[in-house]
This record gives sequence, C-alpha cells and structure tokens, in this order.
Amino acid sequence: MNTSDSEEDACNERTALVQSESPSLPSYTRQTDPQHGTTEPKRVSEGPAAAAERDSGPVPDGEDEELTLKYGAKHVIMLFVPVTLCMVVVVATIKSVSFYTEKNGQQLIYTPFTEDTNSVGQRLLNSVLNTIIMISVIVVMTIFLVVLYKYRCYKFIHGWLILSSLMLLFWFSYMYLGEVFKTYNVAMDYPTVAMIIWNFGAVGMICIHWKGPLQLQQAYLIVISALMALVFIKYLPEWSAWVILGAISVYDLIAVLCPKGPLRMLVETAQERNEPIFPALIYSCKSAHPSSEVHHSEDVILEREEAEPEVQTHRGQNRSYSAEEELEEDRGVKLGLGDFIFYSVLVGKAAATGGDWNTTLACFVAILIGLCLTLLLLAIFKKALPALPISITFGLVFYFSTDNLVRPFMDNLAAHQYYI
Amino acid sequence: MTAAVFFGCAFIAFGPAFSLFIFTIARDPLRVIILIAGAFFWLLSLLLSSLVWFIAMKASNAEDTKVQTGLLIFGVFFSVLLQEVFRFAYYRLLRKANEGLAAISDEETSPISVQQMAYVAGLGFGIISGAFSMINILSDTLGPGTVGIFGDSQYYFITSALMTLAITLLQIFWGVVFFDGCEKSRWWVIAVVVCLHLLVSGLSLLNPLYEGSLPPVYAITVLMAVWAFFASGGSLHNLSLLFTRKILFVLQLICFVKM
Repeated sequence: MNTSDSEEDACNERTALVQSESPSLPSYTRQTDPQHGTTEPKRVSEGPAAAAERDSGPVPDGEDEELTLKYGAKHVIMLFVPVTLCMVVVVATIKSVSFYTEKNGQQLIYTPFTEDTNSVGQRLLNSVLNTIIMISVIVVMTIFLVVLYKYRCYKFIHGWLILSSLMLLFWFSYMYLGEVFKTYNVAMDYPTVAMIIWNFGAVGMICIHWKGPLQLQQAYLIVISALMALVFIKYLPEWSAWVILGAISVYDLIAVLCPKGPLRMLVETAQERNEPIFPALIYSCKSAHPSSEVHHSEDVILEREEAEPEVQTHRGQNRSYSAEEELEEDRGVKLGLGDFIFYSVLVGKAAATGGDWNTTLACFVAILIGLCLTLLLLAIFKKALPALPISITFGLVFYFSTDNLVRPFMDNLAAHQYYI
Repeated sequence: MTAAVFFGCAFIAFGPAFSLFIFTIARDPLRVIILIAGAFFWLLSLLLSSLVWFIAMKASNAEDTKVQTGLLIFGVFFSVLLQEVFRFAYYRLLRKANEGLAAISDEETSPISVQQMAYVAGLGFGIISGAFSMINILSDTLGPGTVGIFGDSQYYFITSALMTLAITLLQIFWGVVFFDGCEKSRWWVIAVVVCLHLLVSGLSLLNPLYEGSLPPVYAITVLMAVWAFFASGGSLHNLSLLFTRKILFVLQLICFVKM
C-alpha cells in the first residue's frame, strides 16, 4: 500500500498553501524549496490516494489549506525559537564577554581597508571597498561551489565542508571558551580544556555530518551560527559591517530570484539530476515525535564560513520509511545557517554599540517580523525565497531609527519618569 | 545597586506579563505571531512619534529648557495618540486576517476569536511598551550608583517598576475594550479609551510627586479591569458560578480527605 507518498503529501508541512491537486506521478516538488527558508521538497502523490488515507471523502480544499495554515503558523514558531536562541546567545556573549567588542585593529583579510581614517568620506569609501571585496569573495565562492557541483566533484565539496566545520567546532569554540574563562576569572588547566573541546567537537562533527538526536543537532547548529556571528562582529569594522549586511541582502535577493543567479542554478541543477541538492549547512526543525529516529538521508554539510547563506536541501530518497515516520519527519521547515548568522550579526552589533537595550529589542522584533513576512510570501509564491532581504531591511531601518530617534526620546522620558 | 533591587523591580514590572505569556500565549503559535506583530505596530508608532519629536526638538532652541520640556510633553501626548491610531490600524489588519482565516477554515469559523486577538494584541502592546520603559532602568540597577544623589527621589526604581506594571496591564485592558468598541461600532468607547490613555500619561507628568500619579493610575487600572471583564463577556453570574463551583469543589475535597 503506497501510503508513504500520500500521507507525506497530505500532511506536508510546507509553509506554502498546498495545492490540492497533485500530479499523477510521484515526483519531488522542487518548486517549493525556498532558498533561505523552509521546506523540503515533498513527494507529491495522487489525489485520491491522499483522500483515502485521510479517511474522509474527497479532500476539500479548505481542510488542506487550513491544516497547512495551522502548520504554517507552527512553522513560523519553529523558526522563531532557534533564531531567538541564537540571538540570545550572541547578545548574552556580547554583553558579558568584552573580547568580542574590543577592536584591536585586527581585521579579516576580506576587509583589508581600515576604518581608522581622518575624514568621514575616506571612511565611507573604505567601508564600501571592504564590502565590495567581501561580496565578491562570496560570489566567487558560490560560483566555485556551483561549478564543483555541476562537475560532480562531491568529494571535494564534502572535504571542504568537513574542514570548515572542524575549524568552527574546535578552534572557534576553544577561543570562545578561553574568553569566557578570562571574563569570569575561572582557573582552568589545559588537560580539562582539551577534554571538553575534544568531546564538544567530536560529538558536534558526528551530529552534524552523520547521525544524532535531532535536538542535539539543532543545538550544535545554533551554537555554530552564534560562534560565526561573534567572529563577524569582532572582526568586521563598524561601518563595513552595516554596509555588508545591506549588500548581502541585495545579493541574496539577486542570487535566489534571478534566472542566472548562482543559487538558483544550483537548485535547478539538483532538480535536473533529481538528487539531494548540494547540502549546505541547514537548520531543520522537524516536528517529529521525540522518540523517533530521524534519518538524514542528506548530509548536512558545513559551508565555509565566508560563503553566503546557502540553502536548499533536498530530502533524499525516503522510501524506506514507514508512513508514520515520514509523516512526522516531513513536517519541517528549513532555514539556512547563513541567515541565522546574519540575523545574529545585526542584533549583536545593535547590542554592542551603545549599550542601549531598546535598540537591541527593536532589531529583534523587526527581524522576527521580517521572518514572518518571508514565510507568508513563501506560502503565497511557493517557490524558493531568500530569507535575508526583508528581515535585514527591517532590522537596519529599526536599528538606525531607534538608535538616533527613539533613544533620545526614551532617555528623556525616563529621566523625567514620563510614561507613554 | 543591589541584586534585590534588580530582581524585585524586574518581577514587579514583568512578572504578570511574563506569566500571562507563558500560560496563555506560548502554546499557540498563532497567538505568538499576533503578539509579536502587535509589538511591531507599537514600535512603529513609537518610531513615528520620536521622529516628530526629534524634528521639533532640532528645530527649536536647544538651550531653552522650558521649550524643551514643553516639546517633550507634546511628544508624550502625540505618542499616545499615535499609539491609539496604530491600535486601530492593527485592529483592521487583524479583522482582515480573521476573515481570511475563517474563509479557508473548514468550519467556517476562524481558529481564533476577535476577543482573543484583542487580548493578545493588548498584551503585545503592553509587553513591548513595558520593556521599552523599563529595560534600560533595569540594566542600570545592576551597575554601581547612588539613587537620587542630586536630590531626586529615592524611590525611582520601585515607582518605575510599579508604573510599568500598571501601563502593561492597562494596555491589555485597553486592547480588549478598544477592539470590543470597534466590533460593536461604539465610537464613544474608543474616545473614552483614548482619553483615559491621555489621562494616565498626563498623570505620569506629575512624577516625582508619586502620590499624585501612582494611586490614580492604579485606580484607573482596576476600573479598566472591570470594564474589560464585562466587555469580553464576563458577568456577575459567571463570577458567582466560579466561586460556588470552587467552594463546592473545596468542600468535596475536605469531606473526601476527612473520610
């Protein structure tokens, strides 16, 4: 009994409103893969089969859509929680560990121009140049990735990503741990640290690249995104960071929506080959039953930290699963880790500069609303969508306006204890 | 200041709102989204009113304190009016969304009622308004300092926390009453809500004369609570039922334990 396909389709958690008709051939519905957001391609099944499975007569459109919308709201929350957690980790670190806000002149090689200049114009020029360099690096690497994928150099890609995740899980977390110990003046010896980092890193590599409990994997992905965001906050110069945030949202828009965009070409290539698309670092939240093993037929591979927010992931061949497992497993939305990173960079920078909590709160709300709107658009358009532009735009607008307009207003009100 | 001040003020200001969130909002994704969108709308209103105040402030003489205070008071009232405008705008948006939800729903009814949306929207406004008033003050309580060293009041923190609590609760009740008034097209209700909001902000202008601001504000809060209770469908009969049921239940429990 071909239950798996139909169950899967009937209860598919896309954030899109599901089409009630389905093609007669089971095929992967690629068009609902959002780039930086959500859904895994689901298998579309026959309509009547779906109806039979649901124990009701002909499946009415409304029920399908209501289910989807209810699950749509659930998906939004399933993304809110990890994004919030990542931002909380970053903000907590920024506010307590001063290392990540100290600027000692060190910069990444991708932003070679210094911002320690005399005039505003020069500084602006330098930050724009930094941005151009950074974005070109990202573009070049994406294109390189697409080329590698096109010519089926999978081993190379896997190796590259494993190397990146090794660096993140071992080296960056070691640095982070060291700084936390320094901040709280905790005495620590090297053997203990070696044990801790070794365990942390090894379990992380296993969880992310192979198998592991879903929540542990999610936790590791959040931690990695936070670490990456902290590195960006530390090493990107002030103005360059803001310009880069703006530029990368524009790039995201272009790369995902333009017909010749690298990310879109990646999607289409994978679609043609009908295989798991190049798996990058993707956060997936499945509303699977906690006790069920979630099989990852796709590798979630780490992307180089400089690369742009990648995205799609294509669920592999799930035929081996029982209907219930697939039912539970496929209720998930996926968001690229690059999105996590850049959201956290924005909120972290808002927390780092000024020490005003109102700005941080405002950026946080703005990003969440942007994410909500992106998922709504996803439900409407049912195709790959970039998750950065709306949130980052809102975040930037709210950051600059809250910092410059709302802050003096609220400070004055608080000084006089006037309440609005 | 001490940790006691920090925790005390934090719990006073945010305790009720936080518990309301945990017990009534956190489990339902749709309500969480409505809450955050409500916060967003309040932020927008604050942004616009700060912009207006900022422009007025820059256009005027920065040295003249009387003018600056006057502008600040104008800013307060303008902000209140704008908040209510955005509350109305949010009401319209939620009505549209509600119709959409009902249209695609199987049972012809939306999964969430207007009263629930009113409550959640009010809570959203309340939480973000309280957070913006209180968070910076709370973070100051963690640092060193002497309260009122220049002759200001000693009770700055606790009165701020109490005022924040009142404002949060008031935003919830105003939300419920406002939406109810809009639903039933009773425009006098809306006018009264706006006037009460202006009154509460006006009373806060009396600070640091706390006797003049806090008790009246809390009196208004209690009145609004009663009004909101009746506006959302409560009645004295419901209340009496609740109490008799509880008493019956308690009596049964006592009998059972005694046996």
